[in-house]
Amino acid sequence: MANADFEGRVYPANAPYSVGREKIREFAGAVGATHPAHHDLVAARGLGYPDLVAPPTFAVVVAQRAESQYISDPEADIDFSRVVHADERFTHHRPITAGDELTTVLHVDRVVSRGAISMVTTRCEIYAMPERVEVPSPEADGLGEHVVTVTSTLAIRGEDA
Amino acid sequence: MSRPEIARLAVGDVVGARTVTFDRAALVRYAGASGDFNPIHWNDKVAEGAGLPGVIAHGMLTMGTVVSLVTEWAGDPGAVVDYQTRFTKPVEVPNPGAASIEVTATVAKIDTEAGTVRVDLAVTVDGDKVLGRTQALVRL
Repeated sequence: MANADFEGRVYPANAPYSVGREKIREFAGAVGATHPAHHDLVAARGLGYPDLVAPPTFAVVVAQRAESQYISDPEADIDFSRVVHADERFTHHRPITAGDELTTVLHVDRVVSRGAISMVTTRCEIYAMPERVEVPSPEADGLGEHVVTVTSTLAIRGEDA
Repeated sequence: MSRPEIARLAVGDVVGARTVTFDRAALVRYAGASGDFNPIHWNDKVAEGAGLPGVIAHGMLTMGTVVSLVTEWAGDPGAVVDYQTRFTKPVEVPNPGAASIEVTATVAKIDTEAGTVRVDLAVTVDGDKVLGRTQALVRL
């Protein structure tokens, strides 16, 4: 049973994730995203973007790191070997582009257990750090521009399910 | 690349359809690219121990792959402002061999004022739905 005490918990902004061009190309290749704006700087800039554009689900790479603060906490009581992904949603306030320094605030929105199944819903609010800052720090500079919201629900089957 | 004109679209228009295949190598590649190294996506023994018939594809690999139909049609990957799905059935990936996923994208809703179109994706394997309520909101 997932620990219901975690519902409503909000984690402090985590260490920034630096979005690299090669990571965007690698991720795009892995999901078969052949649009030139993921691979070619000239094509991306031709569409008005400052750099390569990440595919629509790229933010999962960033969100996963933030979610692990919760999922891998032994107190949360989430048996990862019994986890099934139930749903996922990306709401983009603007597209992620290479060069973004992204920091995430993780919210545990829902922890519900019914019978032998627990459902947990997390929400990652992802922000881009201001560009001028050489060593980005959420504490010193505020959270920056809101880029994307990632909502994810996991189902955890109990021993009898 | 030309972009669709919202005034020329109608609900029910098929934006595109294709078949995509995942073999084990595709799963390993996605694991590395995404950082999701859950062994149920590459180790049969672990997958069977978790009550699965064998290795299954990352739900996020399926979700991430099928949306290309929409981004290519839109002509701009940044035009997908909202994208959601439910994972309704795991995609088994045989070894050797590959899983074959059928995708059809259809215009479901048009909001001329907001300049957005909702495209729904039907995603099946052997006729069984593997993703449910798969909706991409596209700003045109």
